[in-house]
Amino acid sequence: MRDFSLEQLERYSRHILLQDVGVEGQEKLLDAKVLVVGAGGLGCPVALYLAAAGVGTIGIVDNDTVEISNLQRQIAHFTKDIDVPKVESAKEKMLAINPELEIRTYQLMLVADNIRDIIRDYDFVIDGTDNFPTKFLVNDACVMEKIPFSHGGILRFDGQTMTVVPGESSCYRCTFRSPPPPDAVPTCSQAGVLGAIAGMLGTIQATEALKFITGAGSLLTDTLLSFDAKTMNFRKVQLKKQDNCPLCGQSPTITELVDAEQAVCSL
Amino acid sequence: MIISVNGEEKFLNEPPVSINELLVVSEVESPEMVSVLLNGKVIEREKYEDTFIAEHDEVDFLYFMGGGSR
Repeated sequence: MRDFSLEQLERYSRHILLQDVGVEGQEKLLDAKVLVVGAGGLGCPVALYLAAAGVGTIGIVDNDTVEISNLQRQIAHFTKDIDVPKVESAKEKMLAINPELEIRTYQLMLVADNIRDIIRDYDFVIDGTDNFPTKFLVNDACVMEKIPFSHGGILRFDGQTMTVVPGESSCYRCTFRSPPPPDAVPTCSQAGVLGAIAGMLGTIQATEALKFITGAGSLLTDTLLSFDAKTMNFRKVQLKKQDNCPLCGQSPTITELVDAEQAVCSL
Repeated sequence: MIISVNGEEKFLNEPPVSINELLVVSEVESPEMVSVLLNGKVIEREKYEDTFIAEHDEVDFLYFMGGGSR
């Protein structure tokens, strides 16, 4: 077993006190590797909470630089970070919270050619992407590499998330099949999003990652959790593996990764 | 005919009602942004016209939700 320093025992004391985490769970967290895809609305709170929790290795992928319109919800980026690559801005804040972590930055677009090599090294992936082609790419690559991940989406006052454990639970494609036509996706200037929603959904995703690593509780597998922040109604819809899923069904038609056309809704 | 739509009871007075018709009655603005579950089974888009709702069926309209980054 790892020797915890006095400082670590203090830093993680509130985890260690939890019966479902304890010293063993904290050790698992320190040994774990989580990849956060997107350093935006969802990725920011996820990255900060995973860093605070002591997830030992955290990768973060994003190709963008910080813009002023991001600051309303992308909580790891500050006004001074405008024009700084998001991965660098996020890394700085994560290390400021917890300097003992290994933070790996990937300033690039995830595409069919690079995604499998990148995710392969991680225990869990967080989908905090802003567009459907990448969401499907993350799902497909994670299912192919058998890496559990958390899907997340937000729009206006609404959020949804599900956790996928390949081979055990239904995948994103079981329920959502293929990206919606680009012209049906609301453009961001039309849609908008309440900033704090990103925190609500992102912290649920971070919680799922921590539960997966420590084994605490039960995951949002085969479950779509959605909420409407206007009413604060939360709803769980039971999902199941679909035999005719094009990816993980009985006769899959998707056997390799391809890049779909990008239809970015810049939320 | 009483069915459940997104967990809420709904009364339909003129069956038969197809998935297509239910989308209209339920005022779903962009059906392309919805995945339809009928009693837990995903209904493919091509089958919306020919799939009919029966008494006590449970229908869920699950919205595609992007967002997160940018």
